[in-house]
Amino acid sequence: MSTFISDLFANFWVSLAGKVLLVALMIPLVGMVIGYAEMKLSAKMQARVGPYFAGGRWGWAQLIADGVKFFQKEDLIPEEADRPVFKIAPVLVLISTVALLVVIPFGPGIIFRDLSVGIFYALAISSLSTVGILIAGWSSGNKYSLMGGLRAAGQLIAYELPLVLAVVGSVMMAGTMSMGGIVEAQIEAGYPYVIIQFIGFGIFMIAALAELSRIPFDMPIAESELVMGYLTEYSGFRFLFFFLAEFANMFSLSAIAATLFLGGYWLPGIPEDVLAYAGPVILLAKTFLLVFAMIWFRWTFPRFREDQLQSLAWKWLIPLALANIIITGALKVYL
Amino acid sequence: MSFIDWLGSPVNWVFLVVGLAILFSSWRVVTAKNVVHAALYLVAALGGAAILFLMLSAEFVAWVVVLVYIGAVLVLFLFGIMITRAPTGKDVGLDTPHKTSPALLSVATFVLLSWASIQAFGTTQVESVGEPTSTEVLGIALLGRFVIPFEVVSFVLLAALIGGVTIARRDLTPAEEEERRAV
Repeated sequence: MSTFISDLFANFWVSLAGKVLLVALMIPLVGMVIGYAEMKLSAKMQARVGPYFAGGRWGWAQLIADGVKFFQKEDLIPEEADRPVFKIAPVLVLISTVALLVVIPFGPGIIFRDLSVGIFYALAISSLSTVGILIAGWSSGNKYSLMGGLRAAGQLIAYELPLVLAVVGSVMMAGTMSMGGIVEAQIEAGYPYVIIQFIGFGIFMIAALAELSRIPFDMPIAESELVMGYLTEYSGFRFLFFFLAEFANMFSLSAIAATLFLGGYWLPGIPEDVLAYAGPVILLAKTFLLVFAMIWFRWTFPRFREDQLQSLAWKWLIPLALANIIITGALKVYL
Repeated sequence: MSFIDWLGSPVNWVFLVVGLAILFSSWRVVTAKNVVHAALYLVAALGGAAILFLMLSAEFVAWVVVLVYIGAVLVLFLFGIMITRAPTGKDVGLDTPHKTSPALLSVATFVLLSWASIQAFGTTQVESVGEPTSTEVLGIALLGRFVIPFEVVSFVLLAALIGGVTIARRDLTPAEEEERRAV
C-alpha cells in the first residue's frame, strides 16, 4: 500500500496536483488564522472583547461564519463597470498571492519548488498584484475607486524598489537567489543575517507594510477620504478574494523576511535531524511574530500623508538601501 | 519533418498554444477599442513571451520580463493612461480611417523579418541545454566579457532619467516660490 502511494506521488502530474491542492488550501487557512488574530489582537489593544459568540468559546468560528456569509451574498457588478476586467482583477491579485507561497522553504527539503532564482521569482510574481489592484480601481467605474487604484499604483511602484534593493544584501551574503540556499548559507555561517543586514531587514519590513497597504501606509483605502478606495464596489466573494489575498500576503511576506533575515526554519543549537521535523514550527513561529508586529503597528502609528509617504520611499529608503548594498559588497570583499 | 510528426511532442503542443495566445493578444492590442483593454492584452502577450523564455530554460530572463515589463513598464503605462484619460467602454478616439497603408507596411515588415531569419537560421538546429542557465553564469558574463556594453546601457538609462526629470520639472513662479518659503 505504501509503495503504491509513493509510486503514485512519484508521478509528475499527481505530485503537481497534490502540491497545487496544498497551496490552494493554505491560502484560506492562513487567511482565517491571521484574520482571527487581527480581530482578537485589535480588540485587546482597544480594551474590547472582540469576537465572542461564534463557535461557542472565544468566538473561534467567527472567520468561518464570515466566509460563509461572503459566499451567499449576491454577486454585484456596478452598471458603469467594465465587466470582464472587473471580474479578472481579484483573480489576478489572488493568483500572485498563491504563486508567492511556492518558493518558501518550510524545512530542509520541505518546499514546493526550490527555484534557483527563488527570491527574484517571488518579487516578480508579487508585482502582478499591482496590475490587479490598478485595474480593479479603474474597472469599477467609480471616482473613489479610480483615485484609490492610482494611489495604490503610485505607492506600490515607489516601495517595490526598496523591497528589491533590501533583498540584495542577503542575496549577496549568501551568494545565491534560491530561498533554500539562503537558509543553508545562514546555517553554514552560524548566525541569522539580521545581525549584519539589520538595515536591510528594517527597510524590507517597512516596504512590505507599504506593499500590503496596511496602516500606516493605507492611503489607497483611506476610508475618511476615499470610502474604501479600489475595494469600494467589490462585495461578496470577489471582496473575499482581496481580503484573503491581503492576509495571505501578510503571511508570505513575513515568511520571506523570516527566511532571508532571521534564519528561516533554523535556530542556533538545534541538530540537523531534529530540524527536519521542527523546521516548519520554527518558521511559523518566526513568521507569526512578524505578523503580530504588523498588527501591532496598525494600532500604534497614524496614517501617512501622500507626500510624506512618497518622500519616505524616494528620499530615505532607496538611498539607504543602496548604501546598504555598497557596505555589504565592501564587507564581502574585505572580510 | 511533417507537421503531424512535429505535433508528436507535447512540448510543441505547449509552444503552439502559447504562440497562438501571443498572436491573438498582440492582434487585440492593436484592434482593441479601449486603451486599457489594449494594455491588458499587452500584459497577456508579455506573459506568453515569459513562458517561451521558460521553455527555453532561460529562467532568469523569463522572470525579468515579468518583473520589468509587466510589473514596472505596464503598470506605468496603466498609471499614465488612467491619470490622463481612461473612459470605460468604447473610445472613439482609438479608431482611424487610415488602415490600409499601415497594414501593408506591417505585413511587409513581417515578411522581411521572417525571410531574413529563415535565410540566416533556417537550417540551424538549437541543442537543448537541459538545465536552466544559472544566474551566476549570466552575472559573470554581464560583468566580465560584456561589462562595457552593460555600463553603456546603464549610462544611457541615467541620461534618460535626468532628461525625464528636466522635462517634467517646471520653474516656480515668484508667487509660488514665496508660498513654498512660507511653508
